[in-house]
Amino acid sequence: MTYRYFPGCSLKSSGRAYEESLLAVFRAMGVPLQELDDWNCCGATAYMSVDEVQAFTLAARNLGLAEQSATVGEGVTDIVAPCNACYLVLLKTQRYMGEHPDLAQKVRAGLQAVGLTYEGRTRVRHPLDVLVNDIGLDQIKKRVTQKLSGLKVACYYGCQIVRPFATFDSSHNPTSMDRLVAALGATPVPWPLKTRCCGGTLIGTIPEAGLRLTRILLKEAARRGADMMVTVCPLCQFNLECYQGEINRQFQDDLRMPVIYLTQLLGQAFGLSDTELGLQRLFVPPARVPAAQEGGKAAHA
Amino acid sequence: MPTSAQDHRQVSHKITYQAELDPGFGEHIAKMAYGEKLFSCIQCGTCSGTCPVSQYMDYTPRRIIAMVREGFRDEVLNSLTIWLCASCYSCTVECPREIKITDVMYALKQEAIHRGVYPKRFPIPVLAQEFFHGVERSGRNSEAPLMVKFFLKTLNPLGMLKNAPMAMRLWFKGRLPLFEAGMKNKGVVATLLRAAKQAGGERQ
Repeated sequence: MTYRYFPGCSLKSSGRAYEESLLAVFRAMGVPLQELDDWNCCGATAYMSVDEVQAFTLAARNLGLAEQSATVGEGVTDIVAPCNACYLVLLKTQRYMGEHPDLAQKVRAGLQAVGLTYEGRTRVRHPLDVLVNDIGLDQIKKRVTQKLSGLKVACYYGCQIVRPFATFDSSHNPTSMDRLVAALGATPVPWPLKTRCCGGTLIGTIPEAGLRLTRILLKEAARRGADMMVTVCPLCQFNLECYQGEINRQFQDDLRMPVIYLTQLLGQAFGLSDTELGLQRLFVPPARVPAAQEGGKAAHA
Repeated sequence: MPTSAQDHRQVSHKITYQAELDPGFGEHIAKMAYGEKLFSCIQCGTCSGTCPVSQYMDYTPRRIIAMVREGFRDEVLNSLTIWLCASCYSCTVECPREIKITDVMYALKQEAIHRGVYPKRFPIPVLAQEFFHGVERSGRNSEAPLMVKFFLKTLNPLGMLKNAPMAMRLWFKGRLPLFEAGMKNKGVVATLLRAAKQAGGERQ
């Protein structure tokens, strides 16, 4: 099966390293990701605030494109959306079109004008879901060449990946990323803020509120002894990493917490190069992964 | 006792009379937000307790639900609360009555923009609308032009200056392309959105 890949706008700009590392990791696992041809904006949180039907229609075009690209015998197409916000908007559109026929009718009228239909034959997937539930931890473990022993990681899921729809993990205490990180040999630190909101765009619009929301996450991860935070959302990554300097200035903190994408961590464990994983694009680069440990000789034994 | 001071005091009623309410407002918002369940709210306050931004709000989410239901239209649409909601869906997941509170907040934002009742330079609706128009034009969002327009529209040149070092750093790291690869079919999104409007996507 080929996954249809919906990058979304962030993965082409501030979140480029997410795209680079995602594609590199899936390539290394031999799982094809095929970029959806001529995709458009998912609809996003901001669009939803202005006009909802138009937001749903934007999302539905992408779902329709994925459905249209199905080959003979391929009943349902999986559309992989790495950005939590895109993931939720696509998922919500699919659900609401199914539950509200009057909404579906309006959206379909929009699609018809551009020669598209959408009958609901797609599944919206997050890469974390695909990695853990389709590829599986056993296959991933086999591919690890550099065990991340001794590395303490705060797994930060963000909000919209498990809320309001908990499709593949718990809304309250998701564990899939923790299990994946443990499979790489690293240690996920227990912490209660896994899905607490980073503030999203509030950091730009109302910094008084947004900076504090982000700071709470960074401080707690540091307090729990994490060497780094790992995330699966481009906006969370941007807020947590790029605003650390501003937080340190405003709150007289001395935070220096690397915040990397899950796919960058996976790529390091697979022995992929720094540039393949976009590590040079980070503002707060993580300390180097311990060198490959041959034949099970643990360095810290 | 001096009476002159009293003469200058403005006397106004501190409660809202029923005649000043909009009795259909609750039904209207419930319909927009797929939420007939709005009327089954038990005012437990779980939404306010779980909300990560409630401490910045003028009315907590619990109060907003009560006010919507009772028709306090002007108070609700002029509140900061609806703009502070960051759509994290915590309240929606925790609500024991399964009220889609995040969708209610979206409906209120749409209604406030539709009626034009928000401070014109207040950053949150300005960002939402600039994002909307950018996508309407080109089908995708471009971060660099969006930020420039945002600071211009909020008349915040200082904000632009303050953010310039970060923008430079992002650009240097290849994370802020000034020209992004657009869509091949330029007109398709405009056609799509026009048809959605005609089908009833835009309010009359």
